[in-house]
Amino acid sequence: MNELNIKIGGAAGQGLQSAGFLLGKSFVRAGHFVFAIQDAMSRIRGGHNFFQLRVSDQPIAAMTARPDIVIALDRESVEEHEPELVSGGILLFDAEASRRTGEATHRFYVPFKELAAESGGRAVHANSVALGAVFGLLDFDLNIARKLIRELFAGQDAVQTNIKALDAGYNYARDKRPNGFSRRIAVIEATRRMFLTGSEAIALGAIAANCRFMSAYPMSPSTSIITYLANQEAQADIVTEQAEDEIAAVNMAFGASLAGVRSMTATSGGGLALMVETLSLLGASEVPLVIVDCQRPGPATGLPTRTEQSDLFFVIHAGHGEFARVVLAPGNAEQAFYDMVRAFNLADRFQVPVVVLSDQYLCDSYFTVDPFDLSKVAYETSLLATDQLERAESYLRYQDTDTGVSPRAYPNQSDHIVMTDSHEHDESGFMADDAATRVKMHQKRLRKIERIRATNPGPESFSQGECKRTIVGWGSTREILFETAHRLSLEGDNTAVVHFDEIWPFPQQAAKLLLKDKTNTVVVENNATGQLAKLIAAYTGYNETKRILRYDGRPFMVDELVEQIKGNLRP
Amino acid sequence: MTNGNEYEKRTTAWCPGCGNFAILDSVKESLEAMNKKPREVLLIGGIGQASKLPQYLSANSLCTLHGRALPAATGAKIGNTSLTVVAFCGDGDCYGEGGNHFIHAIRRNIDITVLVHNNQVYGLTQGQASPSSDMGFTTKVQPQGVRSTPLSGPALAVALGCGFVARGFAGNKAQLISLIQEGIRHRGFSLIEVIQPCPSMNRHNTFGWYKERIRDLQSEWKHDSSNRTAAFERALLWGETIPVGIFYRSEEGRTFESRIPILNNGPLVKRPLRRREVTEKLIEAFI
Repeated sequence: MNELNIKIGGAAGQGLQSAGFLLGKSFVRAGHFVFAIQDAMSRIRGGHNFFQLRVSDQPIAAMTARPDIVIALDRESVEEHEPELVSGGILLFDAEASRRTGEATHRFYVPFKELAAESGGRAVHANSVALGAVFGLLDFDLNIARKLIRELFAGQDAVQTNIKALDAGYNYARDKRPNGFSRRIAVIEATRRMFLTGSEAIALGAIAANCRFMSAYPMSPSTSIITYLANQEAQADIVTEQAEDEIAAVNMAFGASLAGVRSMTATSGGGLALMVETLSLLGASEVPLVIVDCQRPGPATGLPTRTEQSDLFFVIHAGHGEFARVVLAPGNAEQAFYDMVRAFNLADRFQVPVVVLSDQYLCDSYFTVDPFDLSKVAYETSLLATDQLERAESYLRYQDTDTGVSPRAYPNQSDHIVMTDSHEHDESGFMADDAATRVKMHQKRLRKIERIRATNPGPESFSQGECKRTIVGWGSTREILFETAHRLSLEGDNTAVVHFDEIWPFPQQAAKLLLKDKTNTVVVENNATGQLAKLIAAYTGYNETKRILRYDGRPFMVDELVEQIKGNLRP
Repeated sequence: MTNGNEYEKRTTAWCPGCGNFAILDSVKESLEAMNKKPREVLLIGGIGQASKLPQYLSANSLCTLHGRALPAATGAKIGNTSLTVVAFCGDGDCYGEGGNHFIHAIRRNIDITVLVHNNQVYGLTQGQASPSSDMGFTTKVQPQGVRSTPLSGPALAVALGCGFVARGFAGNKAQLISLIQEGIRHRGFSLIEVIQPCPSMNRHNTFGWYKERIRDLQSEWKHDSSNRTAAFERALLWGETIPVGIFYRSEEGRTFESRIPILNNGPLVKRPLRRREVTEKLIEAFI
């Protein structure tokens, strides 16, 4: 495996994301796999941010801690990231921004601002110079990046200025490249892979699933989902609305779904807290809805721009009363896409709320994936066909059935009226107060839970040969777990993985089967209390798990996790 | 199955003498007079005595949560623009719990009609003050009297630029029926506040109390409902006189739906299931 870790540091407003994206996508187009994370402070301008890319000729979707190349766009980035460099790594910096000199062999001075000004650009084009310098340093085919800039800024004046700045950085680096640095990135082959964030995969999944309405209230890190969809309104034939608050957001989506339209909302934990009342309404009224919770560290405002997996207990228990729900926790961009389709289908089929748990790490990270396979996208619904409904003598919205699922119709679908109610109600939807109706209707709704559990494929498990250890996790840590296990296994320390995606209703039988013979089980979670470990203990009786928990708001790094599991590094 | 344009009434859970009976009759007669088929009508309530109304007429109905009728109504109308959506809320539901939604639903100007049954008291929870209770009104929870000034829904609506703002009285069915029809006909958000005496929980603002004070905007002031400043002034009147009629009407504002280009292609709910080509195109943009 040939790989390279690049970190671009700077202040907010210096164009880190666009530089990082251009760098990543250029390598992807050349046949490499790129995984990138974004690390930002909660500020519009200033502060210290970085964008870190891992480039490999093998499929990867997790990060390692130490960079081979640091591009420092400001002084703080030099101070912060120079010490992180691997031996043989290199620091690209602008002396104007730093008191350092270019004398040390691992330091490569590139006058970003001066070259930007010479190419007719402004200070903000320093990022294009830096980008060019990296390509020059790595001897990479610059035409790929030039073409990308032309596509991205099509029709804007920015095209020429950016390309000039890029060329200036490239030529400078080729001329003055330090002899000690020999890393190169070659074009492997032209490939057709997607380079996208988890949020973009979630939004695309919603479109593929025939979602036609999304309402949301802005909240990091979920806002990128409605941002994407709002920009596709015409093309994707979808309506988006920024609501006055999260309560309105979820209730608008509820109203649209009641009208027969596949609808969703997205938020983070604090916003979901405001939606909880409606989560319970969805349970009572049996209106399908998909809610995406992009987790961030709490409690309360917590660390608004950082990551955590701490809403698992919250989403499986949120809401007054008892009702059926589904919780999915995709492990990468590909699973995020297909899970959205599955979320809409499960919501529609069982007439329940489905919560999709993402987090800042999954939402904001860039993945390299094969184009999504739309032949795998199917539609499942409990909605009655209109001609069938028209022929029916009568219609009961909450008809009691063996499965607990009543045939669904929407207002003005036929001459049959549709009554939807938040109170306890009879089969027609008329509010009821008598004990017998209450028991019958409550049982009808709760019957769905075991039906849903029966469709749960259970956790994913992977092992090679005899494994003396199993690492267990859920949601966004999937790729970190798999690569960690792979690395340990290569060292002769065979390690199995168990990963939970469809986590609620909890697949207790499957989990029991998978874990029953396992010894030395390590549960890895981005939270402080080990929520999955507790769920496993509660539902399987298996509580001999070790825990590696990270709750500093940062994602796990593969190389660090390997050392933590071996006991060489304290979590 | 509903036949023709007749609406059946169901047995209600309201107290004898409740103003809601006249409102229910007025809604039924208005919809029938307008030839609205029950299948085309979606009646939405929040929670409260007023919000039970949707269940008592044989049309599509939704009883949602306290305060949440308006966002649900907004979503339903976006989902299916062929529906005539009418929401029923109390003063607590719309001006208290749902106050923020009330403000923003007016800003959106979505084409729905909202009846706020204003009895200046919480009936369902047995007699606490509401946002529109008079200053000094005493209840078990406010034994020393209400300490805040009452909120005027119509004045707030006029201030926000609502295109149809009216007030009716449960004691005047003929006028109420006309207001409901005008409100439903108006393209955009229509607010009709209905003075609804609560004989069980509000012994202060009784039928007689209202009857003495109610004045018709037309006959008393020769009110010009296109004059927003005059409308605001009169919407603020409360106490010695309580104006009823249409405060303000303007057809100038475009509806929310008409500002969403793709809704011109018909109701969202009728869209065919063709996602493959568009998803393929969007995927291509990430390669």
